[in-house]
Amino acid sequence: MILAAAERAQTAEQAAGAAATVPKDPAMAAVTANAETFVMMILLTLLAAITLAIIRQRNMFGVVILASIYSFLMASVMLALDAVDVAMTEASVGAGISTVVLLTTLYLTGSVEYPRPRSVAIPLFVSLVVGAALVWGTIGLPDFGIADAPIHKHVAPTYIEYSKKHEMPPNMVTAVLADFRGFDTLGETTVVFTAGIGVLLLLQGGWRTSGNSRRDDEDNELDIDGGEA
Amino acid sequence: MRLDLILRVGAKLILPFILLFALYVQFHGDYGPGGGFQAGVISAGMVILFAIIFGVRAAKHVAPPRVVEMMVPGGVLIFAGTGVVSMLLGYNFLDYTGFAHEFLHAHEWGILIVEIGVLVTVCGTMIAMFYAFVERGRT
Repeated sequence: MILAAAERAQTAEQAAGAAATVPKDPAMAAVTANAETFVMMILLTLLAAITLAIIRQRNMFGVVILASIYSFLMASVMLALDAVDVAMTEASVGAGISTVVLLTTLYLTGSVEYPRPRSVAIPLFVSLVVGAALVWGTIGLPDFGIADAPIHKHVAPTYIEYSKKHEMPPNMVTAVLADFRGFDTLGETTVVFTAGIGVLLLLQGGWRTSGNSRRDDEDNELDIDGGEA
Repeated sequence: MRLDLILRVGAKLILPFILLFALYVQFHGDYGPGGGFQAGVISAGMVILFAIIFGVRAAKHVAPPRVVEMMVPGGVLIFAGTGVVSMLLGYNFLDYTGFAHEFLHAHEWGILIVEIGVLVTVCGTMIAMFYAFVERGRT
């Protein structure tokens, strides 16, 4: 992911350089030199910079805050790509809830990573191979934003025609998620439910047995809200 | 907790609007971006912000842990129950056509109920996770 982000930022910078030089083809100019592309370049460059900062950072608090900024930038990227639903999810889950949960985890674990001297060769090799594989995988993808990509040819036309025919809700994303693919969404809700139950079992199973070794003020709080236990 | 006056007043101003925005995202999901998942996370975020600023104990008066824990499976039950009701009405599982006389209205109702199920589960899970993390404390 890190490498891919860096790679993307690099290609974005190259594109910026290409756009800065006077383009010969006017059609090319219309494609590359609009405001949206410029915004995307800035966002992707910032993403790469934050990734590098996360790698170099040894204070976990700083890492959490940087990851939150990363999520906000990612949400902006999604917004620029007109995927408002995804942007909303990224901003609220990635930047909001995850940051809070990670901060509470830091409260439990401590916030400084102790650097251990170890060889960099194997992790670097794995990162390079995975990054190269991802970049190689993107070569096979259809062009960005192209209308007749395979994903738009499969079931999407049926959904669009059906919701037009029956005048379904105007936001087709909602219609697809909650109606056409309601079974999928039921499965996703069950996944959220299962994950929540798992976390609750892992965390609450612990504090009920180790509840005696607490300070007084927390004991009070336990009495108040642990009443049902 | 004495030197954060601006934070407290600011949060008090912001909190109702966060909840309003969550409800907007929920009930306007048919027309604009958003839906149950986003609304659930935003409303859970409101409770978490309240807990961070005013203390977990105050938040537990607003969102009691027992209710929150019941919300986690409750939403899935609402969702699956909608499917069962549609089956009882003589249609396929999660086919909302039987909910009203008109096709469009029936499906709008179905989507609305199902999205409320998603909201309840997501919101409950996020708040319950937050409570679980906060309660653990440093040993």
